[in-house]
Amino acid sequence: MAAMLEVKNLGISFGGLRAVNAFNLNIEKGELYGLIGPNGAGKTTVFNLLTGVYKPDEGFVILDGENITGKPTIEINKHGIARTFQNIRLFKDMSVLDNVKVGLHNHHKYSTMAGIFRLPSYRKTEKEMNERAMELLKVFDLDGEAEYLASNLPYGKQRKLEIARALATDPKLLLLDEPAAGMNPNETAELMNTIHFVRDNFDMTILLIEHDMKLVSGICEKLTVLNFGEVLCQGKTAEVLKDPQVITAYLGE
Amino acid sequence: MKMTKNFKNNLITYAIVIAAFIIVQILQSTGNLSSLFKGLLVPICVYVILAVSLNLVVGISGELSLGHAGFMCVGAFASAFFSKCTQQAIPADGLRFFLAILIGAAAAAVFGIVIGIPVLRLKGDYLAIVTLAFGEIIKNVINIFYIGKDSNGFHFSTKDQFSLGMEVDGTVILNGPQGITGVPKNSSFLVGVILILVTLFIVLNLIDSRDGRAIKAIRDNRIAAGSVGINITKYKLMAFTVSAALAGMAGALYSHNLATLQASKFNFNTSILALVFVVLGGIGNIRGSVIAAVVLTALPELLRGLADYRMLIYAIVLIAMMLFNWAPKALEWRERYLGRFFRKSAKEGK
Amino acid sequence: MSFLSYLINGISLGSVYAIIALGYTMVYGIAKMLNFAHGDVIMVGGYAALTMMLNLHTNAFVAVLVAIVVCTVLGITIEAVAYRPLRNAASPLAVLITAIGVSYFLQNVVLLIFGSNPKNFQSVVPIPDLKLAGGTLMITGETIVTIVSCIVIMTALTTFINKTKAGQAMLAVSEDKGAAQLMGINVNGTIALTFAIGSGLAAVAGVLLCSSYPSLSPYTGSMPGIKAFVAAVFGGIGSIPGAMIGGILLGIIEILGKAYISSQLADAIVFAVLIIVLLVKPTGLLGKQIQEKV
Repeated sequence: MAAMLEVKNLGISFGGLRAVNAFNLNIEKGELYGLIGPNGAGKTTVFNLLTGVYKPDEGFVILDGENITGKPTIEINKHGIARTFQNIRLFKDMSVLDNVKVGLHNHHKYSTMAGIFRLPSYRKTEKEMNERAMELLKVFDLDGEAEYLASNLPYGKQRKLEIARALATDPKLLLLDEPAAGMNPNETAELMNTIHFVRDNFDMTILLIEHDMKLVSGICEKLTVLNFGEVLCQGKTAEVLKDPQVITAYLGE
Repeated sequence: MKMTKNFKNNLITYAIVIAAFIIVQILQSTGNLSSLFKGLLVPICVYVILAVSLNLVVGISGELSLGHAGFMCVGAFASAFFSKCTQQAIPADGLRFFLAILIGAAAAAVFGIVIGIPVLRLKGDYLAIVTLAFGEIIKNVINIFYIGKDSNGFHFSTKDQFSLGMEVDGTVILNGPQGITGVPKNSSFLVGVILILVTLFIVLNLIDSRDGRAIKAIRDNRIAAGSVGINITKYKLMAFTVSAALAGMAGALYSHNLATLQASKFNFNTSILALVFVVLGGIGNIRGSVIAAVVLTALPELLRGLADYRMLIYAIVLIAMMLFNWAPKALEWRERYLGRFFRKSAKEGK
Repeated sequence: MSFLSYLINGISLGSVYAIIALGYTMVYGIAKMLNFAHGDVIMVGGYAALTMMLNLHTNAFVAVLVAIVVCTVLGITIEAVAYRPLRNAASPLAVLITAIGVSYFLQNVVLLIFGSNPKNFQSVVPIPDLKLAGGTLMITGETIVTIVSCIVIMTALTTFINKTKAGQAMLAVSEDKGAAQLMGINVNGTIALTFAIGSGLAAVAGVLLCSSYPSLSPYTGSMPGIKAFVAAVFGGIGSIPGAMIGGILLGIIEILGKAYISSQLADAIVFAVLIIVLLVKPTGLLGKQIQEKV
């Protein structure tokens, strides 16, 4: 199996603080991978490094054989990494449908002039975009709310819309930052199904950060545990969760 | 579905403009229009275009520009300069004015790009204050230029008109702080209304397209927009430049309606006036900008008695509107007591 | 010699900018808003002092005191009525637009009361002009008082912020409102105090400005206000020594630009400085870097 994501010796400092150090990660194509660790361990920083929000001080990020280290966010998305955010970042004054259509931006194109003068390419492409966006919304059971303002969706659905928007960019690797945060157990169970569905039906490789251990142990095949910016333990989920070091890091001495 | 809904909304906006035009024409032909109001028709069109173009930046792109009068200034001077120079070469008024409008818009667009590239790297307050700075610089710089034309060609000076060193047949075109005089009066209400419709067509269709979605996405969340591959600089610049070009068009309409054109008229107050129209019409609401610009330009002139209080009333209404529309407490109160009437969007559902 | 006298004039004008910029920078640092109406508070201060001296025939000292009180009350009122309700508004532009509205409100109220004709302001400075170098270099009493006031104010303000409880509260609020509130700091009170101090300083600046440039109109404050903001940004917004350095440098640039380049372009030069500073070093000379959290 080919590695979808290969991260070697990644590191970044803020001021004097070494937020992430010597971070290594290998994710195979189609894997569902979990990144866990106590609060402040540097998990989101890893996401920000992978997506170009921060530039790493050292190390490499290789996506599907291409070196994307230090590239800007937009380029990295075009290379195939899409993400969601811990604190939801939707386009809140736009409709649910339009949120997804923004995700389709780089895959369905027509010129500015075609848009202003409503040329045939505008009509054709907009129709395609609407169809594709509705398909995606249907996956997340959001098609009924397509015309709502994104900010008017309930919290759980906002999280799902973020995933739909990320998928619209047709990524190779999907990064989910605490997708179950703020969800009740029923919603979480449903989300687990959805994540499985996305992986199977979209041929997706998924890396997720999560605190909900039920979700992590339920769907992640492999885990990396981060503590104080360094990898504490890596491997198959069941083995990692039994590791005494991990238990100590989570529960204390 | 959504497309038809937007489309219907846009049609209503065009219909309002055309209906207003027809009503004015009927009043005019039946002699019911005062000369005061006649004189206001073109300025109203100018301010409508200015307000709509500013709304593209403030409401759709989400950046506060306080130097919009600067772009209008560039458009006014570029087009007036062109008309003065080609008055003999292009005798057909219509064609010359058409070209002058295009040149005004193009010149303003160039300034929009040149200013936009550095400015749009900034955010929020800093961006606002730098647009203000550029607006003032444009005004100041045009003020010191003297340009004349004689049989040998163009002459430039930054000192005074006598330093131009022209032959006796030369004429001063741009006369420093005195500006340009004798611009052909080609502007009319009809041209103004056509330009409003052109502006609305461009802005409304741009908003409701792939590019418009990208612009709004950046406004709503810059980081998320970047994460789905939207080129932030490109789309911010697009909104800024289109807006500048339309303001330049308003400038061309303005300059061909006056005997004298002075840069000092395009000061900070003009920029703020446009902002007042945008805020009162509803930030991001294009039709609102049209209505606010018409009402707020016409009303104080028609109610002469209030002339002294005009700016004071604007100021109070501006503050009140901002508090009513944006203060979290006011929003809560509105939701509770006026929920049915003041929903943020018709798209809300349920 | 002319260069030296330009330089001194520049420092004098710059000192006024510095005093105004202190108000801007404190308010920006703590309330995180650009108080566009700050310049117009200066103008109100000028009119208050003028009215006291001209109509009520008080002496200059009383006039200045009254101006300070008027502006302080005005500043607190503006904050409570127009800015506080918008503190947690969804868009940061809301409060900026409101501030522009307040600016226009003040200008037009004064316009209605006092008319648009510029009033002749009599200097409040009792010190005679200083002649140096055999009379070729003259330093006006206004210049001396302005520069001295600026130094005194800056020293007092720095001491206040670093040594008093209220000053420490200001620092805490500027760092993190929520955390400050949890630590038992009265956030509303602290912000109101900041506006009070900033506006009081604006009154002083107004009187000094009008003493040096004795023409007062409803629009007197707007340009110096914007320029003082430029100075605050130049020095690094939020920084008190930065406002001082930025103000004085800007005053010098403006006067020298007027003298040696073009008097018509002086404002353009000042604004060009702003643009260059923001593009090259957006945090200003002494400002600190802030990064958005993702």
